[in-house]
Amino acid sequence: MKGKPLKAVKVSFDPERCKGCGYCSFVCPKHVIGFSENFNSRGFHYAFLNDPEKCIGCGFCALMCPDIAIRIEVINKD
Amino acid sequence: MKRFTRPRSMTDEMVPYCPGCGHGIAIRLIGEAIDELGIQGETIGIAPVGCAVRSWRLYRIDMMQAPHGRGPAVATGLKRALPEKIIFSYQGDGDSAAIGLAELIHAALRCEKITVFMVNNAIYGATGGQMAPTTLIGQYSTSYPEGRDPGLVGYPVKMAELIANVSRNSYSARVAVNNAKNVLSAKKAIVKAFRTQLNKLGFSFVEILSPCPTGWKMTPVESLNWIEKEMIPEYPLGEYSTPKNL
Ligand code: SF4
Ligand code: SF4
Repeated sequence: MKGKPLKAVKVSFDPERCKGCGYCSFVCPKHVIGFSENFNSRGFHYAFLNDPEKCIGCGFCALMCPDIAIRIEVINKD
Repeated sequence: MKRFTRPRSMTDEMVPYCPGCGHGIAIRLIGEAIDELGIQGETIGIAPVGCAVRSWRLYRIDMMQAPHGRGPAVATGLKRALPEKIIFSYQGDGDSAAIGLAELIHAALRCEKITVFMVNNAIYGATGGQMAPTTLIGQYSTSYPEGRDPGLVGYPVKMAELIANVSRNSYSARVAVNNAKNVLSAKKAIVKAFRTQLNKLGFSFVEILSPCPTGWKMTPVESLNWIEKEMIPEYPLGEYSTPKNL
């Protein structure tokens, strides 16, 4: 089961809300969150999922995000 | 977790805090608790002075502003006039442990059926990082750059223990928002605090240890580690009192 997704989920980041604090990547057990070289309109390097295949959908990133920039949707559950 | 999105009881406003500020997490958890308990229509929040005041834009509920430290006094008035409403005050540590300590302690002593959330970041964040009553021994602040000296300015105040000691049948807990596990426990404590009020049991208080990277002059991730290594040993997490029949 190691590395298998807990659920079929889609994790999406809102680059405009992100302030680049790094909490999401700090808590991500799979280390799949990276930071863009580009800036958003407020001047922050925003977070993005750089390896969506490895994300297990645990939701830790969204729990820690102070800016509610992360959205998690279950695509199909079984 | 089925789905994770912005709580319904929150607006679409951008979170108005510094990068990595724990207020964003605490405010969101209160919003999630309001959604979960289905009390959006009945809840009135109070935003006093300090960084906490900016929370009013983020909630899709009635909000009232209070003078510095007077959140529990305004909450008392609202609750007594409108006993069916759920009243919470969202305050910082400077606001509730310094200037508003009398209001808070007396509201707790009177066992007012209100809920107070105190975000403890061990500093006066809004005014530039001065020492607060909650500042740790030796901790840097702009008003005591050499670190807090207990011989000169005393020891940090332990609010969750204090409230548990003065208020009968109250709910008093200390939580932290420095990792995913603690965030989940924080949410549980917030829900219990609201339940204490919903069931008319007594006063409820949750102290939330929260990072202030700007005031602490640290990176956001360093500030999470600092909470774990320095703050939690001084301010142990847990429930200090739970009302009977909760
Ligand atoms: S859901 Fe879990 S594994 Fe996926 S990006 Fe977020 S923290 Fe990482
Ligand atoms: S936790 Fe939120 S604000 Fe911080 S870097 Fe991640 S997405 Fe951006």
